[in-house]
Amino acid sequence: MGKIAIEFQNISKQYALGSIGTGTLSRDLNRWWARIRGKEDPYLRIGEENDRSKKAMGNLVWALKDINFHVEEGEVLGIIGKNGAGKSTLLKILSRVTSPTTGCIRARGRIASLLEVGTGFHPEMTGRENIYMNGSIMGMTKAEITRKLDEIVAFAGVEKYIDTPVKRYSSGMTVRLGFAIAAHLEPEILVVDEVLAVGDAEFQKKAIGKMQDVAKGEGRTVLFVSHNMAAVRSLCTKGICLENGTVVYQGTVHSAIDYYLKEKGTVRESKIIDHVGWTKNSLHIDSIEINGTECAFSVIQGGQTFLTVKIQGYSEEDMMYDVMLVLKSRAEVPYATYAPGHYYGSISHLSKGDFCIEKRIELPPVLSKGVLQVDLFIHHPMVEYYLKAVRCCWLECEGFQSGFGHALTQTSNGFIGLEDIKV
Amino acid sequence: MVQDEQKKWDIVIEPRSGLFRLDLEEVWRYRDLLVMYIRRDIVTFYKQTVLGPLWFVIQPLLTTVMFMFVFGGIAGISTDGLPQPLFYMAGLLCWNYFSECLSRCSDTFNANQNVFGKVYFPRLVVPLSIVISCMIKMGIQFGLFVLIYIYYLGNGYSLMVNGYAWLAPLLLLMLAGLGLGFGLLISSLTTKYRDLRFLITFGVQLWMYATPVIYPLSVMRQSHEQYMWLIVANPLTSIIETFKFGFLGVGTFSWFHLGYTLVFTVVVMLWGMMTFNRVQRSFMDVI
Repeated sequence: MGKIAIEFQNISKQYALGSIGTGTLSRDLNRWWARIRGKEDPYLRIGEENDRSKKAMGNLVWALKDINFHVEEGEVLGIIGKNGAGKSTLLKILSRVTSPTTGCIRARGRIASLLEVGTGFHPEMTGRENIYMNGSIMGMTKAEITRKLDEIVAFAGVEKYIDTPVKRYSSGMTVRLGFAIAAHLEPEILVVDEVLAVGDAEFQKKAIGKMQDVAKGEGRTVLFVSHNMAAVRSLCTKGICLENGTVVYQGTVHSAIDYYLKEKGTVRESKIIDHVGWTKNSLHIDSIEINGTECAFSVIQGGQTFLTVKIQGYSEEDMMYDVMLVLKSRAEVPYATYAPGHYYGSISHLSKGDFCIEKRIELPPVLSKGVLQVDLFIHHPMVEYYLKAVRCCWLECEGFQSGFGHALTQTSNGFIGLEDIKV
Repeated sequence: MVQDEQKKWDIVIEPRSGLFRLDLEEVWRYRDLLVMYIRRDIVTFYKQTVLGPLWFVIQPLLTTVMFMFVFGGIAGISTDGLPQPLFYMAGLLCWNYFSECLSRCSDTFNANQNVFGKVYFPRLVVPLSIVISCMIKMGIQFGLFVLIYIYYLGNGYSLMVNGYAWLAPLLLLMLAGLGLGFGLLISSLTTKYRDLRFLITFGVQLWMYATPVIYPLSVMRQSHEQYMWLIVANPLTSIIETFKFGFLGVGTFSWFHLGYTLVFTVVVMLWGMMTFNRVQRSFMDVI
């Protein structure tokens, strides 16, 4: 067991709901009066959780509740959880932007956070001046910055513009410069919150490479928060999973991610059929299977070449139909479409009564890591829809070990057309 | 044993720090940042201007001319027999420094919430940098004062610069301390109660009239004896009077009043810093 780098003890954070500006003077006085008499804070209620779906009991809420864990030196910890689970609050407390309501964090070495890059850039100052300014805000000394100046400038790719005021920079240049400074900090503990989403593809690759160097090569302790499971999986060694402000799981990164994906509440446990948004009155669906399961979440293993779709149900009338499938990124960018009806006009006939539609769809040979979101339709092309199920299923592609970024490479005509497997 | 355990940690984050922990060592560790902030303040002040640093002197020069016209000319307020430019300039030098420190420090949290919301560094660095960069501006303006001074000496005025002029650095520090202290207090309170921001803008203006900037204390004593206590209670009074006494040989000087101001300054500064330190830890949740 290595030395402990950071230790979280009973960290909790409480927020007031609603407008803070009104009526707090009286509460402030109350609180102050209680403290003078040595009593407990009357507004610190115990035992309430941050469950946003329920109406809170008072108007105070715990964003974090009794967080206990420690990180060892050289460990790269991924912090995962739904939106609002308390990840950012935790990082904010760790980077001392705000203070915890109770509990205590102890750490060895300097902590630097990449919560947002380019903080404190002054538009009137030149790139060089801003590097010094920003670097010192992040806790570097002047000598350290001078030593690293060339490296930072080269990494950001702004050699030509270094003596131009930052207000003349393009937004991309500003962000790159900001990240470059942050990446060249040398703290013992680095806190990273979704900064990999800056810049163009080439810069992203560079940024991720740098992150990997920091994490693996230089042996520093890193806390990494991201919704990008692929990035978490490849960068981190350990993982913790937050839910409603409490730690629900901690362990190796793989098991934490598995836990998160399984426990991710409604979506991960739901069935595909639950996500069917609309069907024609005459059509009744009994079950939908995609990738061999009714579960809305499944995994496409590396090397898997096809995707199965199976729809069972009952129709009150004869109809002409076709199945359409759209594979999209999380950000709703369509990557690939399966729509033989549109491509070739191949429409099938469905007679009245029970039916079972089965399709085997060819997958592109090089699927890289990431999550694909699936839209499923049954329709008569250009005539009418029978079933619409937007975002009905999520497929996590395991991809190849080194792969990053987009799940499918786009072709020149927009996106890939998928075909039936010829038997 | 417990002490040993504590020592091994470089950073301890706790809900509430002690009231008297000012963390000045930490500010010292971030001295490079302090220098950067000061530099930024001064450099960005005149970027893209034609006259550049000249603006530092144009402003007090024009104000002095204005005062000569309005208060010296129209209102005919006495200057204790001193040349008007020197008299007004001396008062303005001190007052402008104080008021700029005060109003800019009191905006610390508000103006920097973007940076403060993302990175940690000792927040005290920002108001300190304001006080120091204003001091540099004041130094330039003092140069102007000296030029005018020499001009009047050359024209045969007998100006009585005396030993009390050596108190000037102390006066400067006291002005800085007062501006910083009040500024920090107000800035800490404005995070929650925004009302103070409106108060500060015209409050500073009113305050100037309660300070012997445009009139000598002696005039006040003769005409409005009943309000003298207010003027004397104003900690700035003795600073400005001492400054005038030291450099121009005219005015009221008393060790007692200066001592009072000194104590006042130290108290306000400590109080301000303590409040500021407490608020900085959680102001992001409130602002």
